[in-house]
Amino acid sequence: MTIKDIEESLKKGVFSCQELVKESFSTIKKHDKKINAFLTLNEEQALKQANHYDNLIKKDKNIFDEKPLLGIPVALKDLFTTKDIRTTAGSKIIGDYNPPFDATVVKKLIDAGAIIIGKTNEDAWGHGSSGENTDYEVTRNPYDLNRVPGGSSSGSGAAVAYGGVLVGTGTDTGSSVRLPAGFCNLVGLKPTYGRVSRYGIIAMASSFDSIGHMTRTVYDNAKVLEVTAGVDPFDSTTVPIKVDQYTKKLGQSIKGMKIGLPKEYFVKGLDDKVSNSIKNSLKILEKLGATVKEVSLPHTDYAMAAYYILVPSEVSSNLSRYDGIRYGGSREMFGAEAKRRIMLGSYTLSSGYYDAYYLKAAKVRTLIKRDFENAFKEVDVLIVPTSPTLPFKIGEKVDDPLQMYLSDIFLCPVNLAGIPGLNVQSGFVDGFPVGMQIIGPQFSEELLYKVAYLFEQETQYYKIRPKFKNG
Amino acid sequence: MDKKYQPIIGMETHVELKTKSGMFCGCKNDPDAKKPNIHTCPVCLGLPGALPVANKKAIEWTIKLGLALGCKINKLSKFDRKHYFYPDLPKGYQISQYDMPFCYQGKVETSFGPVRITRVHLEEDTGKLIHQNINGHNVSLIDFNRSGVPLVEVVTEPDIFSSVQAKEYAKKLRQIIRYLDISDCDMEKGGMRLEANISLLNVKSQMTNNKSNSKFKLPNYKVELKNINSFRFLERGIEYEIERQREILESGKTPIQETRGYNAEKNITFTQRTKEEAADYRYFPDPDLPPINISEKWLNEIKSTLPEPFDGLFKRWQEKYNLKPELVELLFETAEESKKLEELFKKCIKEKLSVEKFVNAMVHKKIKTIEEFKKMTNIDEVSDDDLKVIIEKILKVNPKAVADYKAGKINTINFLVGMVMREAKKKIEFQRLQDLIKSFL
Amino acid sequence: MSKKTLSTEEILHIAKLGNLTLTEKEVELFKKQLSSVIEYIDKLQEVDTKNVEPLSQTTGLTDIFRKDEPDEKRTLIPEEALKNTKSKENNLFKVKAVLTE
Repeated sequence: MTIKDIEESLKKGVFSCQELVKESFSTIKKHDKKINAFLTLNEEQALKQANHYDNLIKKDKNIFDEKPLLGIPVALKDLFTTKDIRTTAGSKIIGDYNPPFDATVVKKLIDAGAIIIGKTNEDAWGHGSSGENTDYEVTRNPYDLNRVPGGSSSGSGAAVAYGGVLVGTGTDTGSSVRLPAGFCNLVGLKPTYGRVSRYGIIAMASSFDSIGHMTRTVYDNAKVLEVTAGVDPFDSTTVPIKVDQYTKKLGQSIKGMKIGLPKEYFVKGLDDKVSNSIKNSLKILEKLGATVKEVSLPHTDYAMAAYYILVPSEVSSNLSRYDGIRYGGSREMFGAEAKRRIMLGSYTLSSGYYDAYYLKAAKVRTLIKRDFENAFKEVDVLIVPTSPTLPFKIGEKVDDPLQMYLSDIFLCPVNLAGIPGLNVQSGFVDGFPVGMQIIGPQFSEELLYKVAYLFEQETQYYKIRPKFKNG
Repeated sequence: MDKKYQPIIGMETHVELKTKSGMFCGCKNDPDAKKPNIHTCPVCLGLPGALPVANKKAIEWTIKLGLALGCKINKLSKFDRKHYFYPDLPKGYQISQYDMPFCYQGKVETSFGPVRITRVHLEEDTGKLIHQNINGHNVSLIDFNRSGVPLVEVVTEPDIFSSVQAKEYAKKLRQIIRYLDISDCDMEKGGMRLEANISLLNVKSQMTNNKSNSKFKLPNYKVELKNINSFRFLERGIEYEIERQREILESGKTPIQETRGYNAEKNITFTQRTKEEAADYRYFPDPDLPPINISEKWLNEIKSTLPEPFDGLFKRWQEKYNLKPELVELLFETAEESKKLEELFKKCIKEKLSVEKFVNAMVHKKIKTIEEFKKMTNIDEVSDDDLKVIIEKILKVNPKAVADYKAGKINTINFLVGMVMREAKKKIEFQRLQDLIKSFL
Repeated sequence: MSKKTLSTEEILHIAKLGNLTLTEKEVELFKKQLSSVIEYIDKLQEVDTKNVEPLSQTTGLTDIFRKDEPDEKRTLIPEEALKNTKSKENNLFKVKAVLTE
């Protein structure tokens, strides 16, 4: 079921919001003990809210114009601040933190009628690409419980994939929405940096964090962005650009659209099976009217290094506030990955090293942004694999942080440049989802959705459900 | 004063701006808050996920101060994060300015010479620590009302050479800030905080070792004297420090580079923190705050809100009303007040009263209005017409005086004024009478 | 830059900057792991960044301000401000005594 289906059904009275929410919780209770997607459930409040909405619908069926997400069950990544609902960021250090305010995006979703089902598991503080850096139980991939669901928004991805909710929100600093979307057969958007407010989202890397979300279909994803996007007076980095009606152009032809393939991405390290899946998908896009050509992003090789200097620098700064005085526990409670990033970031910002590391990386960032800008002079969008490999096994990379960092290699350049990236399903290999990333210039989300929609309608991968292998 | 050692002093002054709201949030800026932690929000409390948004007025006032101090204004500026851990600093970093402050290269004149202003920058204040003993345990209690209040920092070059000059500089800085009315500079409440960096230069040895070079090398240490909350303590604290350091240097040692506090009761300075390792603040540009362009247009708007500079004001008053700056400056603090004062001066002129005398009376007799002044000098109410009748009579009866005056003996007028007053049997304002009589001649 | 291995001193210094206390085991582990990451990020020195400006804001925004007006909508009552602390006294946060500044 999609958001569109639900709206129709609620209007017609096929089922009520309460029934929808109850169904949500029953699905979660059935699967989550094994999947560990949720850290906190909001059952009492959610049912109350659903009841209230059922009354509103009875009074006026046009309420959906005012509240476009009315009744939609949504899961929030646990670094989204929610008033009076425990918010942990996947960490033990603030394991009992009870915020006195809502994040702007949370407010917007609630005002649009969405029902908060619960807070989802994640790599603590967003530090990770697999979900294994959570301070709690590791989230499993519903397609194969021995495999990672991708991170850091691991719980949100898994929850949408197994049907617990319709929308799972996330943050994408280097990969964290697109990768779980790629590993779980979902549509995952990393919007343009500055498109969606960061106020109330527990900060990982302030100039990288993009507030995104995962859904099963492109339409649903576009519908949610219509609600979350927009300038926020509480966030100085949101851009006052008009919010498009992202669902409006879905279905329009992509004839003549130029798709670029950065040659630097199709090199060794990329699994052949993944590469083949992408190549097949490109053929489908050509059939739909697009043309494909090779482009170059010459500084790709350096993106990872720049990323792993700038991000830990900002992380070490953003985690300074956790001193246990106003909230949370003492700093010994930080997990190993958090400690590593604090150390790395303190080092790259420290006196004597700032120029060689932070400043240098910030200059390389300019070059990477320029690479993309130049590519977009020749093509409309870029397509690359979301991950160099299929979803890997739990425990496979966790002891080698550098290996783990390299899973982001196709994703993090997008965050350095501040541009949007959309994961859409490219296919299945050996039963595992393979994701394809569509990248566009700043504020081109409408274009990305257009391409993704036609592709999705053609391939219909969204209809496939996880089979809980090894579960 | 010992000719061997020359005190070299630089000062850092922190001033709380009296904006209505915080530097990066909308919490009320209220130094008189009656209860702790009543003006906090996610931003100034440093809650996870909170973000700063800059207060435009605080920026404008900082630039205003820079202009009043003769500073250059950076066309492009930004905020940087300054990292250190302390319980009153909720984010573990202070949003401040590092290498691109709003203002730089200014100057304050003192009677001992100019004191160069290195920079004027803007940052956020921290919370307040209150030390107590509860149930036998020494604890620190934290009130975050003050956290996030806009704080301006004024830094000088080491151009101050005595405790007296330091006091004069600090007083002048306060006067300028009060004149702009951007802060109340209430030193007891922490609205203005003074810090001095003090070292002693061995003049003799520099002169013998440095014959060719006219520039002195700065001493290889400096002692920071912090948290001084009165001008008198500043002077005394510096004097104590100079003497303390002199003794150490005389014994052949070098004073430890450290931070010291001042104890007013004992009139001594004491060690607070040793700076063996300078703090590594790991400054980097705050990614949550976009950079700031100070355009020509904006700068001109700010310039247009500047009041008449002191020099011009005092000069004008001296010329027009014969007022001594040292006296009249006691009668006002803000530019608004100076304008109101000038209105009174104008009124004086209109009523033919002496502005100089009026100012004297305001300073020494603490009067505030013209009515009070008149009462005090027993100036009687006499109408011009009545006076004219008397004047005519006196002039008729004193033809020689009239002729003398017309011949050029200007001082004869005083005699005529005296005669009129005697005849009127009333006390009349001298200037007024003089003008009236002149109009007849 | 040549192969970089951090010394124990350096690790402890960095930990101090980040206000972290590490166990002996952690010191050894991080020495290895951080050194390998630093070796990787050192490859940036190959890039020619002459005349390139550093990027800290991808939006290109400048001059974002708010008016100087109190906005009590976000102001917390003391109970809310203090509700997550483990140590308080009369609406004040409480910590072990720190050196007077």
